[in-house]
Amino acid sequence: MEMKPMKLLTEWTYEPTKIHRGYSKETLYIGLGNKDGKYSFEKRPVSEDMIEKFTGGRGFGLRLLWNAVKDGTKWNDPENEIVIAGGPFCGITQYPGAGKCYTVFLSPATKQTYNSNAGGYFAPFLKFSGFDALELQGKADRPVVVFIDGDNFKVQIFESTLEDINAYYVSEELHEYFSNNGADKHTISVVSSGIAARTTYCAGLNFSFYDTRRKAARLKQAGRGGGGTVLFDKNVIALVVKRTHFTGNENDVADLDTIQKIGVSLHKRIHDNDDKQCKMRSVGTAHLTEIMNDYELLPVDNYKFGHHKDIDNISSHAYQKLFTQGMADGCWYGCSLACAKAVDHFPLQTGPWKGKEVVVDGPEYETAASLGSTLGIFDPLWTVEANFYADHYGLDTITIGTGGAFVCECYELGLINKEDTHGLELNFGNKKDIMELIHRVASGADDFAIACGKGIAEAREYFAEHYGADLATMKKIGMEGQGLEVSEYRCQESIAQWGGYFLTLKGPQHDEAWLIFMDMVNKQLPTYKDKAEALFFFPCLRLWFSLQGLCKLPWNDIEPADNGLKYKGIEAAKVPEHFKNYIDIYTAITGRPLTPDGLILQSEKVYNFERIFNLRMGRGTSAYHEIPDRALGPVWEDEWNSRPEYFDEKLKEFGVDISGLSVKEKIAALQQNRRKQWEDLKMAVYKRRGWNKNGIPTMETVKRLGIDYPDVVELLKKHLKPEDEFEA
Amino acid sequence: MITVNGVETQWNDGLTVAQLLAREKFTFKMIAVWIDDSVVDKEYYATKTIPDGANVQVIHNISGG
Repeated sequence: MEMKPMKLLTEWTYEPTKIHRGYSKETLYIGLGNKDGKYSFEKRPVSEDMIEKFTGGRGFGLRLLWNAVKDGTKWNDPENEIVIAGGPFCGITQYPGAGKCYTVFLSPATKQTYNSNAGGYFAPFLKFSGFDALELQGKADRPVVVFIDGDNFKVQIFESTLEDINAYYVSEELHEYFSNNGADKHTISVVSSGIAARTTYCAGLNFSFYDTRRKAARLKQAGRGGGGTVLFDKNVIALVVKRTHFTGNENDVADLDTIQKIGVSLHKRIHDNDDKQCKMRSVGTAHLTEIMNDYELLPVDNYKFGHHKDIDNISSHAYQKLFTQGMADGCWYGCSLACAKAVDHFPLQTGPWKGKEVVVDGPEYETAASLGSTLGIFDPLWTVEANFYADHYGLDTITIGTGGAFVCECYELGLINKEDTHGLELNFGNKKDIMELIHRVASGADDFAIACGKGIAEAREYFAEHYGADLATMKKIGMEGQGLEVSEYRCQESIAQWGGYFLTLKGPQHDEAWLIFMDMVNKQLPTYKDKAEALFFFPCLRLWFSLQGLCKLPWNDIEPADNGLKYKGIEAAKVPEHFKNYIDIYTAITGRPLTPDGLILQSEKVYNFERIFNLRMGRGTSAYHEIPDRALGPVWEDEWNSRPEYFDEKLKEFGVDISGLSVKEKIAALQQNRRKQWEDLKMAVYKRRGWNKNGIPTMETVKRLGIDYPDVVELLKKHLKPEDEFEA
Repeated sequence: MITVNGVETQWNDGLTVAQLLAREKFTFKMIAVWIDDSVVDKEYYATKTIPDGANVQVIHNISGG
């Protein structure tokens, strides 16, 4: 059925500024009023100081959000914003992975800043329309669709007539609605969430691009942190951007030849090496499932175990058969890594679209594990279906998977029962009832489903208060940190990865540092100093991608064939030739010189600013860097007994005499010793990052980084205490 | 005995790099193997034998995550 015409509520026209050297140097502000129908629009200049200190992308997002909110602002206050920004690389087509956008907002889940990224065409089209960033603030008085018309240089706000707010429906309809009789759907990108945004704290943002071969809207997710929940709270059903005409040098770069040369070399490397390395072009990140299983890193049954006998069911080979092969599956032009795999003609078995054939984006590794092994499910068709509905409803697959696994364990432990779950038997592996839980969480069907949709940290409080479940037990097994569910790697046996997950800015998401192999397998980080150095360097390197509008994958999911031979030790993990590519391209785009140290410094400024921002929001101290027992090691006997010799050996390494100890006593001893290691790691990391013992950047650090703005200094003065200083 | 990534492990006469990788379940593709500070080319994994007492490093480049 054709969508009804939407009523235009307001319109604003602007004079676009041409992009020069990767920046338009202007941002777009859209004010939605405070449920009063008073809309406002503004072009805001980007200062040199903003470029120097915050670079772009997530850095711009944090700076703009800092200016927009007050000290006590909550996620659902009108002054909270969703900021969407690319960065100077964003939109180039000569080097793979340059279409990413970064979203920044105050999160309903973590109650502090959150940044989440997605592919798709939105950020490049926004930039080509004249803006380095978009700020969306306020709350509309009715459901609206915001349209940025980059062809005619106007912004329009329409009263939504969409009959369904779920993402695939919204995206398909709006690609059609704003197209020229369906002919130019690929020039449009839509941001939407889904019905899960109404009641959950884990609704993500779906970013579309139109797949002209499949003739379908494809969705990429900035899934984590609840950005979709914030969008819905603003009464925005969708953001749409359209930009029909653009060239291969829309960024007006300083040196196109250099970018093209470097790009060609990487395209060739992908062509020559990908099939022998990660097979991103045929299976995407799902190539990791059997590898994680082999190294005891695959989360099984709420991270209790690291491998499973049925791994072959969900291996890359299984997914390769499901994914349509030979398609140019890049999520932005010029990305030959092409990892945005899809399952075509998938017949849905459940839910509101039961019986319909759909295109399913993914699953990627995280979803293969979150809506798979960690729930005790090893059926890829079930995972594909759950993946589809999660995206459609706006549910973040990692959060709903890790959160669901926690709920299953609570059910198996008898902490909650069938009456509490309103009839669902939530044992691990119960595909029928777990799928039903996903549908119920999305629709907010009942109190239990609503509690589950708030995430582990809030759900366990609800379970304790309403069902009498033991809070202490739930804190041991709930895999979350700072209010965010852990992504899909078991970190128990890697001290460095404890930090990679739980000493982070936003919580345990793998995009800050992934050090498991380096630490646990390669044994390249033997001392706390080594681990702290890695937990300084790699988060800065990875953060840099978020400043530029880059995808991380072309950095190290494809490598020069001789990378591991030419470079030894940690140097090889940096992939020096690709590291150099980024430096050279940055200069070729912006005309600004950059050194390797300068690259890390760009990130360090933003890393510390974000930490201070969280302090401003009432978090950002050591007290919020907590780790659950399950992340440190076994909690129950069956976990220990899955690898008894291994854990006995680990306990002996602490000098513990294990003779005569029961398994329960061994678990307690291992937990006690590892918790001491955790505290030692925390102090080593804080010191290396230039923070005090309470995890707060010191005055010396912010001065060195040049982020000693008066309001930053004032804030720090309130929180920095002499007793928290490290000895010189 | 040989040392593999700092951990003492069993050695047997004729142990090849490929056999060691299989035994340790080192299945990740992007790895480099060093025996006593000499790198082993991938094409020799099946034939290169590891001497008793060797210090073997099997370096997994990170990818993942």
